[in-house]
Amino acid sequence: MLGRLTWDAIPFDQPIIMITVAVIGIVIASVLALVTVKGWWSYLWREWITSVDHKRIGVMYMLVALVMLVRGFSDAIMMRSQQALAAAGALGYLPPEHFDQIFTAHGTIMIFFVAMPFVIGLMNFAVPLQLGVRDVAFPVLNSVSFWLTAAGVLLVNLSLFVGEFARTGWLAYPPLSELAYSPGVGVDYYLWSLQISGLGTLLSGINLLTTILKLRAPGMGYSRMPIFCWTALASNLLIVAAFPVLTATFGMLLLDRYCGFHFFTNELGGNPMMYINLIWIWGHPEVYILILPAFGVFSEVVATFAGKPLFGYRSMVMATMAICVLSFFVWLHHFFTMGAGANVNAFFGIATMVIAVPTGVKVFNWLFTLYGGRIRFTVPVYWTLGFIVTFVIGGMTGVLMAIPPVDFVLHNSLFLIAHFHNVAIGGVVFGVMAGYTYWFPKAFGFKLNERIGKAIFWCWFIGFYLAFMPLYALGLMGATRRMQHYADPHWQPLMLVAFAGAVCILIGIALTAVQLVVSIRNRNKNRDLTGDPWDGRTLEWATASPPPAWNFARLPRVERADAYWNAKKEGTPSVLFGSNAPGTVHVPRNTPVGVFIAFFAVITGFALIWRIDWLAVIGLVGAIGVALWHAWQTDREVAIPADKVATFERARAKAAT
Amino acid sequence: MSAVGESVQIGSLPLSQQGPAPTRVVAGFGFWLFLLSDIILFAALFATYAVLSDASAGGPIGTELFDKRHVFLETLCLLASSVTCGFGNLAVLRTDKRAMYRWMLATFVLGAIFLAMEASEFADMVSAGAGPSRSAFLSAFFALVGTHGLHVSLGLAWLLIMLLQVATLGFAPMVARRFFCFGLFWHALDIVWIGVFTIVYLGAH
Repeated sequence: MLGRLTWDAIPFDQPIIMITVAVIGIVIASVLALVTVKGWWSYLWREWITSVDHKRIGVMYMLVALVMLVRGFSDAIMMRSQQALAAAGALGYLPPEHFDQIFTAHGTIMIFFVAMPFVIGLMNFAVPLQLGVRDVAFPVLNSVSFWLTAAGVLLVNLSLFVGEFARTGWLAYPPLSELAYSPGVGVDYYLWSLQISGLGTLLSGINLLTTILKLRAPGMGYSRMPIFCWTALASNLLIVAAFPVLTATFGMLLLDRYCGFHFFTNELGGNPMMYINLIWIWGHPEVYILILPAFGVFSEVVATFAGKPLFGYRSMVMATMAICVLSFFVWLHHFFTMGAGANVNAFFGIATMVIAVPTGVKVFNWLFTLYGGRIRFTVPVYWTLGFIVTFVIGGMTGVLMAIPPVDFVLHNSLFLIAHFHNVAIGGVVFGVMAGYTYWFPKAFGFKLNERIGKAIFWCWFIGFYLAFMPLYALGLMGATRRMQHYADPHWQPLMLVAFAGAVCILIGIALTAVQLVVSIRNRNKNRDLTGDPWDGRTLEWATASPPPAWNFARLPRVERADAYWNAKKEGTPSVLFGSNAPGTVHVPRNTPVGVFIAFFAVITGFALIWRIDWLAVIGLVGAIGVALWHAWQTDREVAIPADKVATFERARAKAAT
Repeated sequence: MSAVGESVQIGSLPLSQQGPAPTRVVAGFGFWLFLLSDIILFAALFATYAVLSDASAGGPIGTELFDKRHVFLETLCLLASSVTCGFGNLAVLRTDKRAMYRWMLATFVLGAIFLAMEASEFADMVSAGAGPSRSAFLSAFFALVGTHGLHVSLGLAWLLIMLLQVATLGFAPMVARRFFCFGLFWHALDIVWIGVFTIVYLGAH
């Protein structure tokens, strides 16, 4: 009746997990109680859960990312404390089977459920505003995408309490991830949560790509698009081209595990290296899916706060697109040690080094934009400067490891771990934090607290160097990744330094919560009524903060890059919108389709993980039923009368002056 | 920077500057992107098949298993269904219900024959001990050809839903857009099948 699900699935005998679950349970229960007591349910349902507004969906993506950052970081600090303790005969406090799940969950969560939703959230929020349009191409699909991601998040977190998570590392290499060696539900949790959220990511990629290519304000040719939109274009091209490979690869592993196929097994001709090739054909573009939008944020930030047009706009575009293409020609550098031969390794080594060229172009463009500018040292600028310094170091260690003989020494060592955290934290985390601080006043109409923002930056900046520079050294000393304990006592001092770095980052994350609370409490002090708190250059700053559901009462006419900046310089920025009175505006009607489909997706995923066949059928039928119900909905738009739009515009103009 | 006669000016601008495209174009374009992503999914399966096609692990190989005549007839059915689907879509454009039903029912029947022939091929192979668990080669074969078959099945279900949509909603713009996307989907399955026919069946060794 319940497949493999029994009471044994709940880890009552593991105090660490049970305490964690209890704390999570109390937090969730108190949030739900608060919402109920305050009577916020109907507001949340109407304005957020069923919302198809790209801005709301973007904010929800980022909220998920921030919450999951706490989860992923808990795993990180457990690993760092375990390795700080478990030296020279000591075994630490985490047994191996738990430690293995922790490092797997850390990687999986940080990439799929922190970095991805944060980046997609930023793109969702900012891209339509920057393009000067009213929404994304497919608003309902956007909601479905978000809720599918949330469904994946729910399944991953469920594995903490019901059953176990994979012990395979974050990419679940076979044959270890095959049924013969991982008979439990851990790998199934991994696979189904990523299949469901991966579908959401693919749909979101198609949606944003269509938006950028087909929905731009009149006059906004490609050479007038804000650079963040260009990086979003490249990133979403990569999503559409790479995520199907991930789906196919996981699909094949699922067939191996569920139906006795032999794609990647040790027996009957199976080829595990095929999996590793395929997963990295997705995995390397994935790196650029995350970093390119971060590059876009930094480009917007330097231009805005230096008060200058971005240096080398065209070279920036070409560098972005060059990286986009090259990212598909380097996947093999993740496994030079596979033994593909010297010529193959040389090709991929050189291709990898070539990516440093467009990246270098970008770094110089940012520096030249700052050069001679009247720089305002706001929090986004701090993140940007920290990024430039840190990312260059990470890039250089990357080029170092692109040399195959060097990689044979450093493969799977802590040097590698230090390298990719150097680019992931120094690039992606710094980028999304810059973007979060930069666009927060646009989303909510008030700025985040500046002092705490700078403290957060310094915690991450110093914490990163403390945590990962020792790992470079340890890697060179021979320490490998994923060690539950180690014999050499000489490694311990550096491990302790790395732990101190993790604590420093912990303070930064805690301060992020403090900053939110303080900023919300003091919102009237930091309120921005102009819609343009940073003296911005692009169209998102030309509308109210927060923007109305329709973003722009009249679509702007764009005649050059940095449209809003140039319009401001030439006198009244309102000329962008012409002088016609706004007409009736149509916005898409909110719908619960997304949340319902995701609900059934969770049921399907859970049932498949535990092999509860009848429940899987119910889930699948439910999801299809919701989609069919939606297919017959004909009344999909809300008309907002012209006078209501005009009233809003007048009130805004009055408040701004 | 003027706001006079916007619509007049916009028409003379380059395509990239003409502002948001109409819904019909946006929907079709988005669906094209989805199809491209779907073809990439097939590319991963094709690549896997190419790598594993010799890994028969002592079991049966392609030339022993495949009946090219059977597959050729199957192929003809699917290609013919694309032709009827094309005529059906023309009928949708003319909002000619009778012609649409006729052509789309032909499409459905041809697609169903294709599926039945594929199912009988699979059943024969499994009963001869050449199921997907026999070897990596057969795993890759069943996954690649089966994924295409799954797409055809989904296409048939979609077609039935579209016929219901026309019956209840008529040729509303929303329905016409979906029919257009269905047509794209159905033709894309042909393209994938031509790859399957060439690489898997004609390329058997």
